[in-house]
Parts: sequence; C-alpha cells; structure tokens
Amino acid sequence: MASSFPYLTVLVLVPAVGAAAVALVPSRRVASWFHEALGLAVTAVTLAVAAAVTVAFKAHDGGYQMVSSHVWATQLGIRWAVGIDGISLFLVLLTAVLFPLTMLGARARRDPRSFVGWMLLLEAACMGSFIALDLILFFLFFELTLVPAYFLIGGWGYARRGYAAIKFFVYTFAGSAFLLVGIVAVAFLHRSQTHVLTFYLPALVHTHVSGTEGVLLFLAFTAAFAVKAPLFPFHTWSPDAYSQAPTAGAVLLVAVLAKLGTYGIIRFDLNLFPQASRTLAPLLLTLAVVGIVYGALVACVQRDLKRLLAYSSLAQIGFIALGTFALNSQGLSGGVLQMVNHGLVVATLFILVGWIYERRRTWQVSSLRGLQSPAPVLAGVFTVAMLASIGVPGLNGFVGEFLILVGTFVAHRWWAVAATAGIIVAAVYLLWAYQQVFHGEPAEEDLGTTDLSTGERLVVAPLIVLIVLLGVFPKPVLDRITPSVDRLVIHVDTVTHTPVPAGLARTQVAAPAKRPSTGGVP
Amino acid sequence: MTALFASAATTIDVPHVDYLSILPMVIMLGGAVVLMVASSLVRRILGVSIGTWVAMATSLAALVAALVQWDHVRTHGPSVTVAGAIAFDGFAVFVQVTVAAAMLLTALVGDGYLKREGVEGPEFHVLAMVSASGAMMMGAANDLIVVFLGLEILSIALYVLAAFNHRRPQSGEGALKYFVLGGFSSAVFVYGIALTYGATGTTNLPQIADFLSRNVVASNGVLLGGMALLLVGFAFKVAAVPFHMWSPDVYEGSPSPVTGFMAAVAKAGAFAALLRVFVSSLVTVRVDWQPVVWMLALLSLVLGAVVALTQRDVKRMMAYSSINHVGFILLGVVAASPRGVSASLYYLFTYTFLVVGTFAVISVMGRPGDTGNRITDYRGLARRQPVMALAFAVLLLGQAGMPFTTGFLAKLEVIEASVADQGYTLAAVAMLSAAVAAFFYLRLAVTMFSPVGMEGDLADVGTAAAPGSANLPPVPVAGPADGVASLQVLTDAPPEAAVAARGRVPVPGLTAVAIGTCVAFSVVFGIFPGPVLDFARQATLLLA
Repeated sequence: MASSFPYLTVLVLVPAVGAAAVALVPSRRVASWFHEALGLAVTAVTLAVAAAVTVAFKAHDGGYQMVSSHVWATQLGIRWAVGIDGISLFLVLLTAVLFPLTMLGARARRDPRSFVGWMLLLEAACMGSFIALDLILFFLFFELTLVPAYFLIGGWGYARRGYAAIKFFVYTFAGSAFLLVGIVAVAFLHRSQTHVLTFYLPALVHTHVSGTEGVLLFLAFTAAFAVKAPLFPFHTWSPDAYSQAPTAGAVLLVAVLAKLGTYGIIRFDLNLFPQASRTLAPLLLTLAVVGIVYGALVACVQRDLKRLLAYSSLAQIGFIALGTFALNSQGLSGGVLQMVNHGLVVATLFILVGWIYERRRTWQVSSLRGLQSPAPVLAGVFTVAMLASIGVPGLNGFVGEFLILVGTFVAHRWWAVAATAGIIVAAVYLLWAYQQVFHGEPAEEDLGTTDLSTGERLVVAPLIVLIVLLGVFPKPVLDRITPSVDRLVIHVDTVTHTPVPAGLARTQVAAPAKRPSTGGVP
Repeated sequence: MTALFASAATTIDVPHVDYLSILPMVIMLGGAVVLMVASSLVRRILGVSIGTWVAMATSLAALVAALVQWDHVRTHGPSVTVAGAIAFDGFAVFVQVTVAAAMLLTALVGDGYLKREGVEGPEFHVLAMVSASGAMMMGAANDLIVVFLGLEILSIALYVLAAFNHRRPQSGEGALKYFVLGGFSSAVFVYGIALTYGATGTTNLPQIADFLSRNVVASNGVLLGGMALLLVGFAFKVAAVPFHMWSPDVYEGSPSPVTGFMAAVAKAGAFAALLRVFVSSLVTVRVDWQPVVWMLALLSLVLGAVVALTQRDVKRMMAYSSINHVGFILLGVVAASPRGVSASLYYLFTYTFLVVGTFAVISVMGRPGDTGNRITDYRGLARRQPVMALAFAVLLLGQAGMPFTTGFLAKLEVIEASVADQGYTLAAVAMLSAAVAAFFYLRLAVTMFSPVGMEGDLADVGTAAAPGSANLPPVPVAGPADGVASLQVLTDAPPEAAVAARGRVPVPGLTAVAIGTCVAFSVVFGIFPGPVLDFARQATLLLA
C-alpha cells in the first residue's frame, strides 16, 4: 500500500544517513572518488524516492497527503509531522533533481569528502523544511540549512568567502530569531484558546488571531522568510553570498534555499495569519515591485556575471512574492510554479557561469567576448536558459510570470503594471550581457575556450528538457498545484470574509496552460 | 554532674535530620576529607591517578545517592529537614544530579591536565569536591544562612582552584581578582540577608514567603534593599552583567578544567539558590524584583554576545559566551513561574555538559602551559585531529543553539517560559543575541575546518597582538591574499611545514571519555529529549 510506506520520512532520512556515512568513512581507506560516488548514489536514491512520491501523489486532492505524524517530545508538544501538498510537491522534486546535477556539474576543488557531506546534510535539511507540518520541526530544518550552507560558502568559496559566509549567516539567523518567538507565541495563543500545546500546522490554522496580534506575528514570521528569500530590502547579503559561494553553493542557495523563504510565506503566513496577510498585502506587494524594478536596474550596471544573476534573482523573487500577495488562485499558482521555474533556470545559469569561470577564470562581462564561435553548445544552452529567465513564451518562465501578472492585475492593477516594467528591463540586461559575452569578435584567449564536454552536456540536458517541457506543457504541474492553492485561497477568503470567486479560479488557470504551446520559441 | 548534663540535654532541641536529604553532599565532602587525610598519612606524595579515581568514585556515589533521593521524593513527596534549613524536593535533587555529573566530568578532564602540567598530589580533586558539595548545599538550602554557607564553601575552594597552576602568572592574577571581588560580593550578600531578616523577621525561606503573603510591608525600603543586595550577590556569582567584570580574567587565568567546572558548578549552585530565594520565597513581591532581573538578563544577553565577538582568546570568548548563556537562564527567572524554573534547570543541566565538554577540548588544545588558546591555534585542527574537531564543532553548535542538540531545546524552553509570561521583547532580544553568538561559535568552527595558511575568515584579524603569542612562532598566513583579486581561486595545498610545526596534541584517554560523554549527551538528548525534559519538568520547588 503506497500510503503506508513513510515516503516523506525516508526522503529526509536518506540524505541524512548518507551524510553520516560520508562523514564516517575516512578518506584514507577508500579511493579518492569514493565519497563523490557515494554522494551521487545517495542523491540519486533521494531522487527516486521523490519520483515515487510524485507518482503516488493524488492530483486532485488539495489537502496534505502522505501525512505521517508521531509524537516526538510530549513535554514540548513537538511532533514529527510531515506531509506534502501541491505547493510543496514540486519544490521537493526540484530539490531532488538539482542536488545530483549540482554535484555532477560543480564538483569541489578540494576535500571532496567534507563537501559531499555538507551537500547531503543540506539536502536533508531542505527536504525536511519543505515537508514539515510541525512549526518547530520546520524551524529545526530551516535553521539546519544554515550550517551546511555556511560551511559550503566559507570552505569552498572565492576570495571574500569568509565575509560573505558570515554576512549570510548572521542575516538569516537574525531573521529566524523573530520566527522562533513568533512560532512559540502562536502556539501559546492556540493553547490559551484550546488548552492544548501543539505546533501542528493543521491544528494551529484554527487559532483565532486578533488584528494587532496577527500583524505583529505576521511581521515576525515574515522577517525570517523575507531575509531568506530575499525580498527587498533584506537582500543585501545575497549578492555577496551568491558571488562568493562556490558554484554548487550558489546554485543551491538561489535555486533551493531562496525558495524556503517564499515557501514559508505561502505555507505559514497565509495559513496562520490570513487577515494580516490581506491587511499587509499592499506593503508586501510594494516591496515586491520595488524588488523587481530595483533588482532589474541594478543588474543592468553589474560587470560581474554572478552578481548580475544575483540581482536578477532578486527581481524574480519579487515576482513570486507579487503572485503570492495577489491572494488569488492565479497569482498563487503562478507564484508556486515560478518558484520551480526560477529554480530550474537560475540553476542552469549559475552552473553555466561556473563552467565559464573554470575555463576563463573570470566572471567579468568585459573580459569575455565572442564565446559563441569556440563554444557553440555553451552559447546555445545559455540562450535557452536566458530566454526562459526573460519569460519568452514557450519556455517555463513565461507561464509563471503570466499567471502572476494575471492574478495581480485582477487584484491590484497598478502593481501589476509597474511589475511589467521589470520584465522589460530584465530583457535588456540579460540580452546585453549575452551579447557582450557570446557575440562579437573573439579575442585570442576567447578562442581557446573549450565547448561543453559530454559530461557537462549530460548535466544540463535534463534542466533544458524540463525548462522546455514546463513551457509547452505545464498542465500536469498546474493540475497538482491548483487544488492546494485553491484550498489555501478559500481558507484566506473565509477567514477574512471575502466572497470566494468560485468560477473565476478554475477557468482562468486552465487557459494559460494551453496558450504557450501555440507560441513557440522565437 | 550527670544531672547537669541531663538537664542540658533536655534544653537543647536536636532537630531531626533526614540523612537521605543531605546524602550526596555528605558523600562529596566525605570523599574530599578521606582523600585529604589519606594524602597526609602516606609518606610519599599520592599520585594524581589516585585522586582521580577517588573523585570519580565519590561523584558516582553522589550521583547514585541523588537518584535514590529522586525515587524517594517521587514516592513520598517533598519535605523539609534539619529544622527547616534543608529542602528535600525535586528541585534540590535535580541540582545534586547536575553538580555530581559536572564533578565526575571534571575529575576526568582534570586528570589529563594535571599530568600534563606536572602538578602532583590530590589537592585539585579535594578542592573540586569541596566546592561541589557547596554547590549541592546551595541547591538544597532552605534558609538564607545555609545558602550563604553553601556559597562560601563553593567559593573559597574555587578561589584556590583558580590559582592552582602557580607556574602561570595569569592564574594567580585571575584568582586574586576573583578572591577580592568574590569576598566583596559575599559581604554584600550577607548584608542582604541581614536586611531581609530585618524586614521579615526570619531567614527561613518558606517563612519569608509565608510572612510576605500574610503581611503587607508598609515601608518596604528595608526589604527592597535586602533583595537588591541578595541579587547583587547572586549576580556576581553567576557573572551577570554588570557584575561580570571578573569573569573574563578568571576564565582566562584559571586552568581550563577549572574554568569548565566553574562555569558549570558555580552557575548551577548560584542559580539554584537564586531561583529558590526569588521565585519561591519572594514571589509575592515579584513586581519589585522582576524589572531588575529583566534588566540583568537583557544586559547579559546583549553584552555577552557582542563583546565575545571581539575576543581573540578562546577562553575569554567562552567567558563572554557564558555571560550570554546567563542571560538566557535569567529569562526563566524573570518568568517567575514553575515553567520558568524547570526551563532554567533544564538549561543549566544541558549547559553543564556543553560547557564542561567545551573546556575539556580547550584544556587539551591548550598544550603544556596553556599556551595554545588563541583562536588561530585551532586552525587546521580538522585535518590533524578530525574526530576532536568534529566533537568540538558539535559542542560549539550546541552552545549556539543549533537544532538537534540539547542547546536548541534549552533555548526553546526558556523562550517558551518567557513568551508564556508575555515577555516577547526579552525573548526576541535573546534570540537576536543568539544570532550574534552563533557567529563567533561558527567562526571558531570554521577556523578548525580551514587548512593552515588558508585565508578568508575573520580569525586572523589582530592575532599578532594576542597575549601569549610570544611563546609561539607567528602563524604563517600564506595562500591567496584577501582582496588582492576578487576572483582568485583557492589553492589546494596548505603549507605542510606549518601543519607540522603545530602537530597533533595528545588526547588523554579519560579526557576523551569526558568529551565523548558530553557530545553523546548533547546529541542523543537533543534528538530524543523526552527523559531529560521529564526530569526537569518534575523537578519542582517545594512551594511552587
């Protein structure tokens, strides 16, 4: 029986046990490739489990599935409660896909054993965060991600890695300080109403939160998530961390860890504090739009490819937040989908930029020129990922952005209009950077740039396939996201006494799912 | 003559003594006396090992006695004995267990240290056991006079222990500072007892509570003064800001095993008495003292975390880190609730293992003469001694409050107690300070994992000026320099010569056992928190 097997617990345990195994097998005893191979095998098994979860997932059920809940610490009311729904399913899958590819595509330059160990621990912590249904359990995993991320940046990063790692750590840890106090406060609020101390999310959503309490708690939770995502103006750690991190660290920070922030907002803020979410939506929408425009503008003036991608991510995260705080089905579905899309696209771009660095020892746009002729495949793959990032129809970025803009336009027209400007600027800086790096007359050192090897092609191939597939046929994904999103929207609307636009939700979500297939790549 | 004796005997009312209630401290003190007497009876100087084994056996016996006590309290309920001077409740037993465990671990760590430093004789263990018995007495004290007795037994032995390595000038300096300031704070404490007695007419804690619950003190200046002075005395012992000035010097100067012992046992004893006096006896006037303790907690949290950032010496850093921990434990005191008490106890118990383990590693890493205490001395430890580096990393992360260690649960407990008492501000400040504190724990951890000669973390800044650096050749800082080119890659090979110059430090077997125990405790009970939490939750105060 599929439901009885604790898939989700296994999903966390496999990488965690793998990390322990890697840590316990000393390097001296085994061949030099052993730890990397073991790490790859573990992430592959995790991917297989995630695939099994996806297959077993019931598409039209919007609630939590495969829930397994066990008492962990009675005295503290903490449960080992895990479950998955349409919102977290594809984030889990994204995590499972990206870890093995990253391990293959961005190997450690030194001490592979520790590197693989931290990577596996990071995977376990990310998986745990996405499936945790107990607030303390979520917090445990959420915090746990910091340690491996810190060591990955600090141990394998570039010249200013120490500074970047510490900045990253202190910013995010400070954000979580408020989160923990907020979590405990919600649980005590719930206890004062029901005399039961629990951190179980499905129980806590019934807590009655008054207006002021709600706003304060919402802010406490959002502080942690906004730093993690990062949302403007809490983003200042991210360009440093992303640019100083090793390629693998950067990929996972942007593609997976950043999603913990936006996921946390959707999962916890909206569920626990619907009223405050609605009250403060204009504030968050404004921050999102400022992030979109500011990120795009600052990206325009970056001379460093990695920093350019960091600021472009800020804009993308702004889009996700925009869709989230539209607080309707289209916007939220688009936001969730865009999390996956952005993860795939930005991972591809960071891996490619990492390879460019391996060949040329530079990220400076100005010192690269005309790479297209010596490395046509690299240029081609870069083109696809870049166009997806811009949001060209036929690639995955379009579907998410379209849904987000539709949802926002329905709810908050002028914010959507302002955000659209960001898309245009995004096209400007990405195309400009592309032109500089890949077009033009290659200098002598540019001609020596080798094209992607077979191994490297195999690493990006799945990513490109997914980018195109999600662009032309997002329906299976949206079919699974939408029921959970609708459920959440109904919850928010019920608590805030907003009439539910029943018919609107379904029809409009189905429409854009077909539209891009007629578009095609320009 | 006999008639005279008989009449005298009838007038002296000998109080009933429930010997079980004082058994652990009697065992602890007895062990110390036996060891002391034995060392003066035999001709030759007793070896360190004998002292270690006696101390271990004594601590184990005290631990077993405390567990028997626990069983007794669970079945028969709490009681008072020795004319109400000693409380026999779950709280007291919990403190006995904490102190006995700390003493056991310290005996293990001390053994390796004493042998390495060439200190002979069993005096170290004798003094540690005496000090531990004082802490145990403070945990069970139900009368201000007994609190004071325990405090002095604890402190006087500690003054000597702090100066134990007389070959190190810092040791003497720290101990003298500790002695002078400690003596001063004891005097303040006694004056506090006197004023409290003046205000309430008794020094017995339940009677004070009883008096305050029945009477409204019209002019309560004397009581307020008494409470203030008591609080100063306690704050000094636990090193809460602004009464913390002694602790960095004393932590740095004392032999590392003593520092660990001090951080665990002196805090356990002083906090136990603080909790009993303020949360159970003076609870009716808590509006008067809560704001003061609130302020102490706030200052300790912030200052401890922030100043630790600037330290280059691991022991000084740990001194400030322990000040930060004091702030957390005070959170439970401010809450002034049974939940707060159990949270503070849980914190003390788990902190004991974390801090003794941490100082066990520091003790080993100190090398002969305690010369290897700079942060940079930990560079490349992971490569030389991966197991010890991993153990130290776990202990540091535990202190930082990382998930899946007891350190996180301890912080969660006090935060919960604080939030339950509407103390949102203090809870938020505490967690923010934990974020700052995590930074310096991690900096140390990363230093261990970065190879010698690898640039890029903050541990290098200003090391040249660190005290004690004259004894060792300066750390070679080679490799790709910071800021030369922002796009430089790491080089793989650290200068092997530098690694060889530092070499492995020998880890004595017993110390390894102590470190292993501390790490295992912190991780196992971090993942399966049930038993210890139950223990702390049931360790209730007589009156609460």
